[in-house]
Amino acid sequence: MLHFQKWKLILVAVVVAAGFLYALPNLFPASTMGEVPTWLPHKQINLGLDLQGGAHLLYRIDEKEMIEDQLDTIRGDARETLRSARIGYANLSPDVSKRAVLVTIRNPADLDKAEADLRKLSNPINGNVLGGSSGQDIDVTREDGNRIVLTITEPGLLHRISSAIEASIETIRRRIDALGTTEPLIQREGRNRILVQVPGISDVERLKKLIGETGKLEFKLVDESADAQQAAVTKQVPPGDELVNSDGEPPIPYVLKSRTLLTGESLQSATPGFDSQTGEPVVNFKFDTNGARRFGKITRENVGNRFAILLDGDVITAPVIREPILGGSGQISGNFTVQRANDLAVLLRSGALPAKLTVIEERTVGASLGADSVESGKKAALAGLVLVMLFMLVGYGLFGLFANVALLVNIALIFAVLSVMGATLTLPGIAGIVLTIGIAVDANVLINERIREEIRAGKSPFAAVDAGYSRALITIIDSNVTTLIAVLVLFWLGSGPVRGFAVTLTVGILASMFTAVTVTRVMVTYWLRWARPQAIPI
Amino acid sequence: MFRGIQFIPPDTKIDFVGLRAVSWVVSALLTVVPLILVATIGLNMGIDFQGGTLIEIKTKESPANLADIRGQLSGLGLGEVQIQEFGAPDAVLIRIASQPEEEQQQEAIGKVKETLGDTVEYRRVEIVGPTISGELIAKGTIAVVVALLGILIYVWFRFEWQFAVAAIASLIHDVTGTIGLYSLFQLEFNVSSIAAILTIIGYSLNDKVVIFDRIRENLRKYKRMPLVELLDVSINETLSRAVLTHVTTFLAMLPFLFFGGETIFGFALAICWGIVIGAYSSIFVASPLQLILGVRREAWSAAPASAKGRGPAAARI
Repeated sequence: MLHFQKWKLILVAVVVAAGFLYALPNLFPASTMGEVPTWLPHKQINLGLDLQGGAHLLYRIDEKEMIEDQLDTIRGDARETLRSARIGYANLSPDVSKRAVLVTIRNPADLDKAEADLRKLSNPINGNVLGGSSGQDIDVTREDGNRIVLTITEPGLLHRISSAIEASIETIRRRIDALGTTEPLIQREGRNRILVQVPGISDVERLKKLIGETGKLEFKLVDESADAQQAAVTKQVPPGDELVNSDGEPPIPYVLKSRTLLTGESLQSATPGFDSQTGEPVVNFKFDTNGARRFGKITRENVGNRFAILLDGDVITAPVIREPILGGSGQISGNFTVQRANDLAVLLRSGALPAKLTVIEERTVGASLGADSVESGKKAALAGLVLVMLFMLVGYGLFGLFANVALLVNIALIFAVLSVMGATLTLPGIAGIVLTIGIAVDANVLINERIREEIRAGKSPFAAVDAGYSRALITIIDSNVTTLIAVLVLFWLGSGPVRGFAVTLTVGILASMFTAVTVTRVMVTYWLRWARPQAIPI
Repeated sequence: MFRGIQFIPPDTKIDFVGLRAVSWVVSALLTVVPLILVATIGLNMGIDFQGGTLIEIKTKESPANLADIRGQLSGLGLGEVQIQEFGAPDAVLIRIASQPEEEQQQEAIGKVKETLGDTVEYRRVEIVGPTISGELIAKGTIAVVVALLGILIYVWFRFEWQFAVAAIASLIHDVTGTIGLYSLFQLEFNVSSIAAILTIIGYSLNDKVVIFDRIRENLRKYKRMPLVELLDVSINETLSRAVLTHVTTFLAMLPFLFFGGETIFGFALAICWGIVIGAYSSIFVASPLQLILGVRREAWSAAPASAKGRGPAAARI
């Protein structure tokens, strides 16, 4: 039985060699990896955010706001439809809790036509080829005789959320890229969430501000006939006007004409710069052709008036139009710092977010804490390894040495697999490796104790070793499977650091079944054949 | 040649099952006392499960002036603010109670950073909103239940149901014992605590399986031996490996307690404790439980016999 087929031996040798080869790059600093020939393994393990520092931000898109926006649109469309069909209606109003717009038709005779016309507002959802959502985005039904209800369907809402999330991810990516950070992770989570992970970022508040701002740019005219100071007190504005504050401290009130003349969508570019006269940081922008034409027209008709530039509903600046601006380019100034002007340009370039994003979970680790954690993890892991190896050596002599060699192979395999998989190593992940060190030699304890038992039962060295391995194997598999069951649940439970623990422990346990059993068995077999001992030193 | 030291002699004859009058009391205490602890002093719920904000800072001066920081932050109107030293004299942990709305939590962190300014280094900031904490409670509970069920099914599949029930009962004993540790030392109970508990569940089962294997083997081997004696023989025969496997894992984890750093201390302590309580429960809970549940000897001895008997029975038809 203690005979290995050649191909098995070769396989073991290949796996062990590959393990060391693929683990090797982790011993060198990342900067030297560029010099390694590409045919050699050069992948290193990624360090988790808890070890290299960085930000983990989980955002939720504002579903309620999206529903309100869409209900507004539906209401407008319904009004338009009914007016153009000359159908008398009343009580056209949205109901957010029902996700619907309700309208009462005055003349029951018009009901059928009204329903048929309103039904045209409903559009089929373009589900993707692989099935996905399908059906209509709006459901049109009749209620209480003469009322028509236009409801946003669940697939319709889901479709909108999905597109909003995709658009947001693109926008966020453009904004983060502008910060020049390396390899941010931006992905959808669940129904309405976006996960953003940025390794190595130090100024988290700036990052959050950059991602969280909607970035909706609007151009409106100031109503010069109204007294803003007075309006701020009385809260009364002329019809068609609105009261808006500036974003400064203290806020300055403006009375604006409600109509939005231009939005950020018409922008072609936005770059940070400095005002040629005052030298203060500004943002230079340029409209696209259409925008430039409209901007030219507006400025020509309103020379001497002020126009306001609003960002997310606050006035940032309201300069006086001194002459028509026909070139389509302009400047936003507003007591910016250099960084703010930079960020604002990024916001305008990246486009507005389709809906508001709220941080529902934030975990950030400073680079110094990360470095400290790497140090303490290394120290603890090394100390654990040394203790275990000493114990095995003292407890089992030569067989302990075999187990220790296998243990080193096991650790190399863990690093190799993690590097090749592109897995992330976290501090709990290091604890997982350490736990694996303990569990891996458990298998050797089981085998060696069983060999001792077989020797006491009077078996010859060869027979005892053989029986020891084959009998202990079932037990080893049983006990490792139960650990794996519990650890697999962790994959589902945890994110980030905790998942890192599940990864290293799973890889480690699987690798240990190979190293602690097969690798030690090869060593023991060859030693037995070479030494031909009368008694086993165990 | 050096043979290695046998730490535990191979021929122990300890009457473990005979000690059950004592061990039942100990096990009952290990299960009930934690529940009393949780009911009275409670668990130090981390922000994972409670929501809230956690900030770890490092101050420029050492030791940090906790009273000064407390004074500065209590004026911000953020509700309950806890401030404590964290592992080093210049490291401070600030915990701010959960705010009703997620936006308010963002405002709160903004205010804190404005107040403390650049005089401190922000080592770690964790903000968990009410939505996420609710989800994590649900997920954590489901995870533990699913792991226990998975193990129940596996052990049932590999052994008899009595073994599965005994395994689960002793695992619950280990889990409550570990929760008791969290309560007693008021260690922060968070997602990594659930990870520790799951690991303990998985690992603690290892040597229960080793002993179960041996009980099964002996049930076949000694057909007439009384069950009490048979359990004792099985435990004694596997004692050395059951104890030594725990020693190796314990030795591996032990340095993490001292060098692993403050953030992972609770996790490492729970796992070390879990290894110890798991070793205890294998010997004193899982195995004696077989007496109460009444392992059926026939299940093991009859199986090969009936297989043999099938031939003639078939011939009779």
